[in-house]
Amino acid sequence: MTNVLVVTELQDGAVKKATLTSLTFAREAAKRTGGNVQALVIGSGVSAAAEEMSKYVAAVHTAEHESFAAGPVAEAYAKVIAQAATAAGAAVVCMAATFHGKDVLPRVGALLNAGVASDVLGFVDDSSLTVTREMLAGNVIATVEVATDIKCFTTRPTEFEAAQALDAVGAVNALTVELGELRTRYVKFDAVVSERPALSDARVVISGGRGLKEAENFPNLVEPMADKLNAAIGASRAVVDAGWVPNDMQVGQTGKVVAPELYFAVGISGAIQHVAGMKSSKVIVAINKDPEAPIFQVADYGLVQDLFKVMPELTEKI
Amino acid sequence: MKILVTVKRVTDYEQRVKIAADGTALITEGMNFLANPFDEIAIEEALRLAKAHGGEVVVVSVGNKDATHQIRQGLAMGGNRGILVTTDANLDPDAVARVLVKVVEEEKPDVILMGKQATDNDANQCGQLLAGYLGWPQATFASKLAGLESPEEKAQKPGVIIADGKAEVVREVDGGLETLELTLPALITTDLRLNHPRYTSLPGIMKAKKKEIKEIAADSLGVDLAPKVREISYAEPKARSAGMTVESVDELLEKLRNEAKVL
Repeated sequence: MTNVLVVTELQDGAVKKATLTSLTFAREAAKRTGGNVQALVIGSGVSAAAEEMSKYVAAVHTAEHESFAAGPVAEAYAKVIAQAATAAGAAVVCMAATFHGKDVLPRVGALLNAGVASDVLGFVDDSSLTVTREMLAGNVIATVEVATDIKCFTTRPTEFEAAQALDAVGAVNALTVELGELRTRYVKFDAVVSERPALSDARVVISGGRGLKEAENFPNLVEPMADKLNAAIGASRAVVDAGWVPNDMQVGQTGKVVAPELYFAVGISGAIQHVAGMKSSKVIVAINKDPEAPIFQVADYGLVQDLFKVMPELTEKI
Repeated sequence: MKILVTVKRVTDYEQRVKIAADGTALITEGMNFLANPFDEIAIEEALRLAKAHGGEVVVVSVGNKDATHQIRQGLAMGGNRGILVTTDANLDPDAVARVLVKVVEEEKPDVILMGKQATDNDANQCGQLLAGYLGWPQATFASKLAGLESPEEKAQKPGVIIADGKAEVVREVDGGLETLELTLPALITTDLRLNHPRYTSLPGIMKAKKKEIKEIAADSLGVDLAPKVREISYAEPKARSAGMTVESVDELLEKLRNEAKVL
């Protein structure tokens, strides 16, 4: 029992990039346990995704069930992951810390009597499975050790590079799915439709805050610049709570964690909880007329001016 | 209907926790403590569900005796009675979940409501673990389609729809909102946009003083309280190197193009 099982997350039948970042963690973990890396693909009609994953790992386990066509249900998926962990001889089970990973993997921990470290940033050394994770909105980095025989980790996608395919192709093995009685029914998914790149994948992110004063200034001031840069649009918690923009645009401790090459914080004060979601960005630009705004403490370039003047000019000249 | 709702006593998220010089402990002396903000949302939802369907709201905390204050806050908001499982140990989410299993076996609620994560350890696990141990269906990150500025919110309607022994829950996930239907008993964890929690009123606070809070010693429950995830040490995050102030849009663009090379 030394292997590492990475749980694959799918979107429209394709492997999500976040899974490939967790695979990088998995390969590092396998060096430490001395085992191999295996993948689990759960869904309905997953042969293409299984073939894709087979390029990255020693073995792929598939778990198919017609009920999975509707969408992922933690109650069912946790059972499947626990069964697959046993089939894979896994000492480590990992998954990207997406909404799905955060939902399902702790439940797997309960089923396997395994400790779960959440939203892991990396290993502390080259030999142990001791890892770091953030606490207190990113104000503290804790070093933690999972003390159980089987160890579960959700891994923060922005902290790991996407893994590259290997030369060899792993075998694909179909698991017999035993779900037992389920008391969850997947009803529906209401997608937020957007032409823009996803927040978690975009090279440039422009986020707006209270300083924009009203909801209409997202389309008036932020969107034209985002169009020009092919940027994703984010928001502070304050404006999401105010209902100006949908909640999946929230960047922060309780929203999405992003790490683009270039991050614009427009009219955002820089509350701890927002900074927790964007401080790993390569370059941060803050535009805010308040020179005391804490956002300037994390910004590489600060422009202390009225955003209503700056944004049209910036959009024109960029 | 019986609703069990949990509340954790956490440090004030607007204050910074200090780290001991040797990095082995967090120093919380002298800090303010609050009810975990996500748990306040859970309490609010519990109260709205109890009002809509009738029933009892039991506010539960696992922690030291000071957590009585946070239970009392839940009772002042309108909860019926409290349970405090006392321990001076810093339990990990898994131990808390296994302690709560014992409380659930005793109380037999129809619905458990919990905050999706505590703002101190940010683990986001306890609800999922508890649902896993109980074998109950779970819906984490509960939200609602209507939003926080909607007439439904102003009328303090519950976001979770309960009918015919089932709960319909809208969840926040990547790329949108997902709806699940859970057969009761079920566990729900709450996200930020489920509701605006009410403030406590003076009459509420007065009434809460007379409400029962039952204390149970954690080590009397036969649960192994040792952490499965050990926190070994703590450190400050690496600070970003100090940036610079630019005076104009032109200067900003020049820096982004030629210095940072990101445009």
